[in-house]
Amino acid sequence: MLAWTIYISFIGVLVLMLLPRDNARAARIVALLTAVLGCAAAFVGAIQQTDPGKVTEITRISWIPTIGAQYYLAADGISLVLVILTGLAAVTGILFSWNVEKRTKEFFAFYLALIGGVYGVFLSFDLLLLFVFYELTIIPKYFLIARWGSTRKEYGAMKLALYSFIGSHLVLIGMIAAWVVAKGQLGHASLNLIELSQVAFPVTFQFWVFPLVFLGFAILAGMWPFHTWAPTGHVAAPTAGSMLLAGVVMKLGAYGCLRVAMLMFPEGVREWQWAIAALAVGGIVYGAGVALVQKDFKFVIGYSSVSHMGFVLLGLATLNSIGLDGAVLQMFSHGIIAGLLFGVVGRMVYDRTHTRDFNDLEKMHVGKLLPFAGITFVIAGVASMGLPGFSGFVAELQVLMGAWAVFPKLTILAGVGIVVGVAYTLRAVQKGFYSDVPAETSGHLQDHPMEPISIPEKVGAVILIAASLAIGLFPSLLMNWIEPCVKSQLFERLLKGGSL
Amino acid sequence: MNYLQLLLFAAPETIVVLTMLAVLGADLTLLRGKSVATRFNFGALLSLLGCGAAAIFLFLRLSNQATFDFFGGMLILHPTVDFIKVAILVLTGFTLLISAAGKFTDHIGEYLSTILLATVGLMFLVSTEDLLMIFVALELASLSLYILTAFNQHNAKSHEAALKYFLFGGMSAAFLLFGFSLLYGVSGSTNLREIATGIAGRGLDPLLLVAIVMTVIGFGFKVAAVPFHLWAPDAYEGAPTPSAAFIGSGSKVASFFILAKIFTLAFVGTAGSSVWHGYIAGWSPTVAVVAALSMVLGNLTAIVQSSVKRLLAYSAIAHAGYMLLGVLGNNPDCTKGLMFYVITYALTTIGAFGVVMVVEQATGSDALDNFKGLSRRAPGLALCLMIFLLSLGGIPPLAGFIGKFFLFSAVVGATGKLGLLWLVILGIAMSAVSFFYYLRVLKAAYVQDAAEAAPAIKVPSLTMLALVVLAALVILLGCAPGLLMQYL
Repeated sequence: MLAWTIYISFIGVLVLMLLPRDNARAARIVALLTAVLGCAAAFVGAIQQTDPGKVTEITRISWIPTIGAQYYLAADGISLVLVILTGLAAVTGILFSWNVEKRTKEFFAFYLALIGGVYGVFLSFDLLLLFVFYELTIIPKYFLIARWGSTRKEYGAMKLALYSFIGSHLVLIGMIAAWVVAKGQLGHASLNLIELSQVAFPVTFQFWVFPLVFLGFAILAGMWPFHTWAPTGHVAAPTAGSMLLAGVVMKLGAYGCLRVAMLMFPEGVREWQWAIAALAVGGIVYGAGVALVQKDFKFVIGYSSVSHMGFVLLGLATLNSIGLDGAVLQMFSHGIIAGLLFGVVGRMVYDRTHTRDFNDLEKMHVGKLLPFAGITFVIAGVASMGLPGFSGFVAELQVLMGAWAVFPKLTILAGVGIVVGVAYTLRAVQKGFYSDVPAETSGHLQDHPMEPISIPEKVGAVILIAASLAIGLFPSLLMNWIEPCVKSQLFERLLKGGSL
Repeated sequence: MNYLQLLLFAAPETIVVLTMLAVLGADLTLLRGKSVATRFNFGALLSLLGCGAAAIFLFLRLSNQATFDFFGGMLILHPTVDFIKVAILVLTGFTLLISAAGKFTDHIGEYLSTILLATVGLMFLVSTEDLLMIFVALELASLSLYILTAFNQHNAKSHEAALKYFLFGGMSAAFLLFGFSLLYGVSGSTNLREIATGIAGRGLDPLLLVAIVMTVIGFGFKVAAVPFHLWAPDAYEGAPTPSAAFIGSGSKVASFFILAKIFTLAFVGTAGSSVWHGYIAGWSPTVAVVAALSMVLGNLTAIVQSSVKRLLAYSAIAHAGYMLLGVLGNNPDCTKGLMFYVITYALTTIGAFGVVMVVEQATGSDALDNFKGLSRRAPGLALCLMIFLLSLGGIPPLAGFIGKFFLFSAVVGATGKLGLLWLVILGIAMSAVSFFYYLRVLKAAYVQDAAEAAPAIKVPSLTMLALVVLAALVILLGCAPGLLMQYL
């Protein structure tokens, strides 16, 4: 069932391509239907999975025997969490881009191609297959931003595409080197990730190849100081684009870091653990600090993404089970919350006010004009700050607990990042929605009153809020998948020597 | 050994030569006075028929797995060689299909027959292990290619390109011949395998060294590797587009096949080593330098091009650099990877040039700006262009990516301790650069809008057929590379 998430998405692309050019409504409906079906397949498949601690095989066919590549789809608990996230992000992204009028059909075709690739990455247990899906996501990303984006869209799109491509080429170098070494050790060519995770690569080899592969993926996860594509990319992207970028594409990077780099080269991780943690905390603090002084609403969210992804990387660097649990949960949580934030700012506010500048927004009192947008943003902001009751709290708490055991000093710094996070979120709420600057009733706004928040937007917002609340109140929903997975045999080598 | 046997053995080449004469004759008699389009379509289809017959003949012979050696290596019969010939014929076929829409000349019979003549040269080139035959076949192919470059009578650039190509080519032929003659002098034979025994144990004496360097120069020119690449951008830009496509495809396949053969068969024991911190003098470091220069210079220079044909020329130089890595690896796995790469590259290149030709004929030039809004003006064409360029850039699941994986992984595994990894890292880094300029073309086609209300571009049906089949092949070989790999 899970494999159908991929196939449904690509079938959707084909159907969209066959639609007549001018029928925007049909394109939207086909896209939504595809996303909902994909999401449903994800849920059903995930529920059918009886033992999330084990890697359950979905499809396994020999693909290119000479290099040992297989068409090998499978899922364990971590894949399940991220597949569900992708399903939710895909559906809500479409709901938030219901108003795309320009070349609607192509927009959704690229959108679904991206989604299909993302599902593929999360379900691949063959290194080459994973890489194929990973690169497959780059092209739709580029066109979505360059064609349908806003502020400096071509620049932002090219930057994002080049960063992604450079990252994936670092991975490719490591992949080829690891393939050759593994072939020598195993006696046969193999690209099976589970098999590769059991090969004892020489420590000196791991020492240089791990940072290469890890960095390759971490660029896409927004690791500071290689994060600069993220704010510009997010800002330039259309609403659905930023929702997907922050919601799932950054998770691709983090997932690759864990699934490929860390599981294959556990000795390498131990050598570089400190460096990763330091960069992660650097990202948390830097992202939060920069978000505090932005004038553009979307840049605030963009930098907050960098900050929150820092927690994922910090959790990964702890190398203990609670930290890893937290990191995976944070991937899910940030995907939901960042999606919601971008949805509010990009779709609800920007599409109506046509400005994201705080100086202009302050005079508009958007909170009064669009009460739903205001309330949604407050809820999302609260979730983003990490208040108990929302998913962010459970995730970040676990990351910090895991980190405290290994790097106490860095953990304190990360705590500072959280405090700054509260500050920039409150600032954004205040300036963006509920300012005390006297209202300036400009002619434009009076002539063109803002259209009320539409049904698709409301539905999308409610889905995301509900998801974040559900996980915040009942973390065991996902933890029951993540925990056995992290405790499984596959992670044994990685966690060896880690406490907690 | 009788002549009948020889004729049977050389039947594919004979068929192509006969087709050439038939096309020339038909154009002079039957088709006299008809319109250019009719003559081109008819001639191209007739040539295609001949190529198809030869290819089918070869394909049937493949399954016999027969190997023969005529006149001490002058002509050899081997399944791999036969398959390479099939590949060359297929590439010729696509070139013919694309050229059928051409408007650059009214000497159609001559144009098509010159293409076929070049094909015969390339076919003989790959089916020999003898220096003399190599040189003769290479010259047959090269002279035909010079003529093909000059075919656009209305364009002074075409003449300039041809002259440049010819002068450079003549000089490189001289280098090659000089190298070959030294090789003969040193070893006492023109047969590649006998040369190997002849030079065994001599080590790298100066005479041999000169011979090796001359050979590298001669072939460096043929495959357009830096620093022997200067003719390529001008030739690609000035030549009629189908000619450029042929120079970049069929001729590349044959040249690389024979280049790898010479180095791995004849220069045994003089390879030296170009592994990191393990330099040993020989041909390997020489080729390594040429490869590294080609990858770096080709990719960096392509970034600033505003003519798409020149861009493809520099990209061809860069790709020649990657392919030379396959020669460097110097083992059967690398040669397989190399041939897979060069064949898929050739298919992709013909496709890309086909698209350029349609745009060029519709808008008047191949400038990057003329590609703006292509996704609206000709959606099918734009989609094909996207597939070709992404494959050249190495995006999975297209053939270009899997080719790179085969080639690079074979090269890394060729020496112990990942010795050649540094060259592969350079190659992969440069291929990340290449993505930028391919994306520039796609940006024009998909993101930017045409200047004014530009009309839709009508794509000739034969060209579109060729492009769609090529695009399908690029995807198919990317998803199921085993289909091609099993023959190499």
